[in-house]
Amino acid sequence: MQITGKQSTIAEVIAAANQIILGKETQIRLALACLLARGHLLIEDLPGVGKTTLAHTLARLLGLQFSRIQFTSDMLPADVIGISIFDRERSDFRFLPGALFSQVLLADEINRATPKTQSALLEAMEERQVTTDGQTRPLPEPFFVIATQNPSSQIGTFPLPESQLDRFLLRLELGYPNHNAERALLEGGGRREQLPTLAACFTPDQLVPLQRQAAAVHVSPALLDYVQTLIAATRNSPQFIHGLSPRAALALLAAARAWAFIDGRNMVLPEDVQAVLPGVACHRLRLVNSSSHARSEDIANLIHAIPVD
Amino acid sequence: MTPALKPWPFMASTKAPQPLEHGAIPWLLAVALVTAAPHASHLPLWLTLFVGGALLWRSWLWRQQARLPARWLLMLVVFAGVAGIGWEFRTLFGRDAGVALIVFFMALKPMEMRTRRDSMVVVMLGFFLLLTHYFYLQSIPTGLWLLAATTLLTATLIRLYGGAQPLGAIVHYAGLLLAQALPFMLIIFLLFPRVTGPLWGLPQDAYSGLTGLSDRMSPGSLNKLIQSGAIAFRVQFAGELPPKSNLYWRGPVFDDYDGMTWRALPRGDRAGSPPVVEARGKTYSYVSTLEAHNQRWLLALDLPTRQPEGSVLARSLETLSREPVRSRARYAFTSAPDFIANRQESPALLQQALRLPPRLNPRSRELAASWRATFNSPQQISDAALRLFRQEAFFYTLQPPLLGEHAVDDFLFATRRGFCEHYASAYVVLMRAADIPARVVAGYQGGEINPIDGYLTVRQSDAHAWAEIWLADRGWVRVDPTAAVAPSRIEEGIEAALPADDPLPALVRIDTDWLRDLRNRWEAANNSWNQWVLGYNPQRQRELLSRLGLDEPDWRSMTSALAMLCAIALLFVTVWTFWQRTTTTPAQRAWQRFCTRIKRLGITRADWEGPLAFAARVAREQPQLAALCHEAASIFADLHYGNGTPEQLQQLKNCTRRLPSSWRHTS
Repeated sequence: MQITGKQSTIAEVIAAANQIILGKETQIRLALACLLARGHLLIEDLPGVGKTTLAHTLARLLGLQFSRIQFTSDMLPADVIGISIFDRERSDFRFLPGALFSQVLLADEINRATPKTQSALLEAMEERQVTTDGQTRPLPEPFFVIATQNPSSQIGTFPLPESQLDRFLLRLELGYPNHNAERALLEGGGRREQLPTLAACFTPDQLVPLQRQAAAVHVSPALLDYVQTLIAATRNSPQFIHGLSPRAALALLAAARAWAFIDGRNMVLPEDVQAVLPGVACHRLRLVNSSSHARSEDIANLIHAIPVD
Repeated sequence: MTPALKPWPFMASTKAPQPLEHGAIPWLLAVALVTAAPHASHLPLWLTLFVGGALLWRSWLWRQQARLPARWLLMLVVFAGVAGIGWEFRTLFGRDAGVALIVFFMALKPMEMRTRRDSMVVVMLGFFLLLTHYFYLQSIPTGLWLLAATTLLTATLIRLYGGAQPLGAIVHYAGLLLAQALPFMLIIFLLFPRVTGPLWGLPQDAYSGLTGLSDRMSPGSLNKLIQSGAIAFRVQFAGELPPKSNLYWRGPVFDDYDGMTWRALPRGDRAGSPPVVEARGKTYSYVSTLEAHNQRWLLALDLPTRQPEGSVLARSLETLSREPVRSRARYAFTSAPDFIANRQESPALLQQALRLPPRLNPRSRELAASWRATFNSPQQISDAALRLFRQEAFFYTLQPPLLGEHAVDDFLFATRRGFCEHYASAYVVLMRAADIPARVVAGYQGGEINPIDGYLTVRQSDAHAWAEIWLADRGWVRVDPTAAVAPSRIEEGIEAALPADDPLPALVRIDTDWLRDLRNRWEAANNSWNQWVLGYNPQRQRELLSRLGLDEPDWRSMTSALAMLCAIALLFVTVWTFWQRTTTTPAQRAWQRFCTRIKRLGITRADWEGPLAFAARVAREQPQLAALCHEAASIFADLHYGNGTPEQLQQLKNCTRRLPSSWRHTS
């Protein structure tokens, strides 16, 4: 039942990340699962809870190249994608890649950007390539976007529309650290300083086969039954404005596979689906009565209403 | 789990025969052994030894993986065996010879067992051989043995077609199949139209070996019977029981004496008016379940005022059925222990009741003559005879000395040791010599109440002989000379009357309470079996059906009811099977059973909880179950969500078995 080989390295990554971001193992695992499922991650939380640190830590541990864009309302698509400037020596336009051309992109406060800039980023995320000046440029592989956003109640934000949110495989909330974790943080000082000392556990070449293995984790008909029942339940529930899309169902399955893979199993269990479901579903479901997104309690209620076998 | 059944071999006759698996052979040898073994009790010894030897040899061949014997050798053995059976039984037909032949072939067939088709022959022969056991015995142990053997045969079929599997799985599956057949068995048992008498004629020799009273009596004939603890009949009284001293169950009446043997008169010699019985005092109603004894008398309590249908009260006051009693049957009577019978008796019969063989027993005749001179009423003469038995040194024993030509003289004046038949015989000879019409009556006396089911059990050991004299004003009067010698025989039973060193079957002479209790329970169970299973005759069937609302059913409506019920049961089973198949897999059922057992230990799995999550919670709440529960959950996960193997299903079931039982856990 155990998958040998790269499994121990994944465990190492999780252990090392735990040393930096204290008391957030579930979120670290989910972030890693999102990466293994070749999906993009959205972290929605208040400033200062460690969003950037998480992104940075993952990038370093996985041996990936990392860049960061701070979105503002006056940002233009070219700031993200890059710009062609005229090289006088060569009498030609030269493309200067933007921050997008990196393996891990931290898109900070994505909801502060105008919809135009947001769309530019999200197009790139979906297509994994950028077309400027009639030329298509592939993005690096792996390519992983961690976007953060502040809760939409804050002023000066342009909330992402549903269609855009759907591009993110998972949405996480980091939340405040618990008492012990915070004490350890306060005693140990800022975590950013420790980042440069982290050694990479992987080379980028190793990551791609892992993603392929994660995608090959066995899914039985019984589990598909369960997933379909869950999806159907979101569609039939009077709680949500509309249910999960087929793309969401695919995302759910991919995330569950990656979660099972991290757990060292070669088959997906209902537990895996349940573990990733809040991350996959919350930002895709909108509540009828409060016009906000579904909370994890709603998803827990949904899970509890569906028998597994 | 369900073994994939392949088509029957003879459907695929054009293909090459499928070779028999080596691992299946022990199953078939076990089938041969189990189906043939109970016949050992009545087969000739040489045949039993041959069967045992043949099966042992075949087992050895199997172990050595050696070649089977050559065909010509087998042919030779077959001819020799059939000849031997023919010589032994003087025929090849009938029950005993037929069964011997089948057993013989059952031992030989494994010798040429090469293909799967051969093995099917062994199984079918096994099923047939099982049926033949009912020709001999229909008791509870036979039934249980046959049930076990049927399970083995079914398991063998599963092994033959399903391949190698764990023993437990095969037996479990066989049990499941038989359990599914159970409703059909019940329906067919209850509703199959019953006919009076056996459905097909039993072979002629089927009734040999039935024990009971005989139609003649000579010194020593009864005491063989008395040493048997077998049950003669069981009686259920409608109300209270008559006092024990009145429990005389009338069998054959003996009028004719040749100096040694008492015989019943041929029926034609008892012509005359029908018997007249006047009941005085209380009457008792009861139902008697009579064991087969191959004679016509029904052993009614003296004297019946109402006989069951199909029987007559003979002139000699015996209740006779039209046919010999060849199967256990129930008869309802009403009897009056206090009676006046045949105040008017035919002169011919009275004459017969005075006849004595001439020139025999001169001293007895002399004694009778002296009594006739002294006393003037027959009653006084009878009293004198009884006084003789009571006051002189007569002993009651089952081991009397041998008697000579003048048997009664020898007994009365020399040996003075004997039991009921000696006393009855001597008394009747004395009375006849004194010109008082007298005869010997054989039957049973007493009986024992089984406290478990309240039935009065009368055994062969209760066999008894007493006398009757005819008095002009009172008709036939019962006189029991044994009561004069050993009153305890009548009051308490034979075991009390005999000296302790006299031989009696252990079943009759039981001192230990728990042993007696055990015997009572066993006999009560046997009785219920007889009453409700073996005794389920047309009448009982009618009673049951009318209770179900089918009044006066004929065989047509019964057959259609049978077909309809079977169809409904079949439909139910089919629907259930389909439902099972579409909704759950064997793995899910096994996991649900495991979770049910865990629930009894205090942890309930929520519907939405996945296996590993549940195992983790169990590990937190009951750490001692952690390992087992994790194992079971992992196996189930593999089976249901991964690529599990059939062996894992067995492992999952084993996990359920390894769970501690709830009582050990509540503390």
